[in-house]
Amino acid sequence: MDRLKGKVALISGGARGQGAAEARLFVQEGASVVIGDVLDAEAARTAAQINANRRAAAAVHLDVTRAADWRAAVDACGREFGGLDILVNNAGVFNTTGLEDTTEELWDTIVNINQKGVWLGMKFAVPAMRQRGGGSIINISSVAGLTGSTGSTAYHGTKGAVRLLTKAAAVQYGPEKIRVNSVHPGIIATQMIDIIPKEQRERFTSFVPLRREGTADDVARMVLFLASDDASYVTGAEFVVDGGLTAT
Amino acid sequence: MDRLKGKVALISGGARGQGAAEARLFVGEGARVVIGDVLDAETAKTADQINSKAGTRAAMAVHLDVTRAADWRAAVETCTREFGGLDILVNNAGIANSGGVEDTSEEEWDSVINVNQKGVWLGMKFAVPAMRKRGGGSIVNISSIYGIIGSGGSAAYHASKGAVRLLTKSAAVQYAGDKIRVNSVHPGVILTPMVEMASREQLQPVIDMAPMKRVAQPEEVGWCVVFLASDEASFVTGAELVVDGGYTAV
Repeated sequence: MDRLKGKVALISGGARGQGAAEARLFVQEGASVVIGDVLDAEAARTAAQINANRRAAAAVHLDVTRAADWRAAVDACGREFGGLDILVNNAGVFNTTGLEDTTEELWDTIVNINQKGVWLGMKFAVPAMRQRGGGSIINISSVAGLTGSTGSTAYHGTKGAVRLLTKAAAVQYGPEKIRVNSVHPGIIATQMIDIIPKEQRERFTSFVPLRREGTADDVARMVLFLASDDASYVTGAEFVVDGGLTAT
Repeated sequence: MDRLKGKVALISGGARGQGAAEARLFVGEGARVVIGDVLDAETAKTADQINSKAGTRAAMAVHLDVTRAADWRAAVETCTREFGGLDILVNNAGIANSGGVEDTSEEEWDSVINVNQKGVWLGMKFAVPAMRKRGGGSIVNISSIYGIIGSGGSAAYHASKGAVRLLTKSAAVQYAGDKIRVNSVHPGVILTPMVEMASREQLQPVIDMAPMKRVAQPEEVGWCVVFLASDEASFVTGAELVVDGGYTAV
């Protein structure tokens, strides 16, 4: 119940899916959360649902590609809840197109959100964490940041980038007690992958040793562990939540 | 002498450093090369030196800004027009940065990501159709040990090189059926103009930590690229080749 007691977290892409599951779980464990998303109405609704018991969540507009939005989101953490201890770089977009049939416009969109957004989040969160004497950053990569597939070229590139950006930041900020880790979900049933046809999802799932898709809560529990002081000697590391997909 | 006989290669960032070493080794092994770079005068000089040593017109220089699709299209067309096709792409062009997460400006971030990451994707995007016409090919993407491990800075560089590592695996899976192999090379500290920008004080600790206790010459990476480009590596795709004197093994 109290694994995050007194801590303040900022979660990007927190309106729905994995980000919302993380926000709910974090608050159950005693944290206050700022939920950032471009989906303003859904972010506000998610925060309101969480606040039914106690006021522990605030919603802010956060386009992760915009430095000004990140600055405002970190300011909101300080103003509303007194500081920032945990950043979950969760916002992400998915694409299925392969190398040649990806347009330059789509490439730029995917790279800006999935990769530049993670960097900007860390850039603005680190000074606030430093003021608290440390912190924990969790960057959501993917199994697509570990292995290749026949499409999703830009997505693979960005998730590989997040994996190494995580290690770079872990080395840089280890002495300041800011831990930085990456989480690599497999096939998780959220709206992000609704664009994958049903038959294809069933075929993917047949490769998963646990023979099922993951849930947003499956991932959120891993993120909770990394956010908490249970993981106090864990940094620069990678955690798959994939039902064994990459173990085969 | 003939490990690349009859093959045509396109090498980005080929004016100097690793790219120039690869161009020289490739021609020595019987290939013809198109050298692309933004440093037009140095590119022309490198091509001239290769041609006078070879005693034949085996190298051509083109202007190639890897962030521009139009430049890639023109470079691939040059391969076809001048040498009849394209079999090998070496995505070698790259720039370094030392800034960490906070002290990197947005402008510097964009520049490193565009050159090191988007440039590699665009190169593959335009090379693949030409390779398909030849019934296959080999793409060698130059990542770095900084695409495998972190350091105390160089945030954008790490991100871009991690991206190249996975872009490589992604393309390898996608094009295996077209007999196009795609692999990544991960050099450690190599004595090139890019690395010479770093100070001796910055480099020495890195050298001390490598089991071989020295930097590498560009040719030591070049030979790895020759192997991956050649038919000797015919069952090698989606793989990572580390050339680092043991740095990442400790």
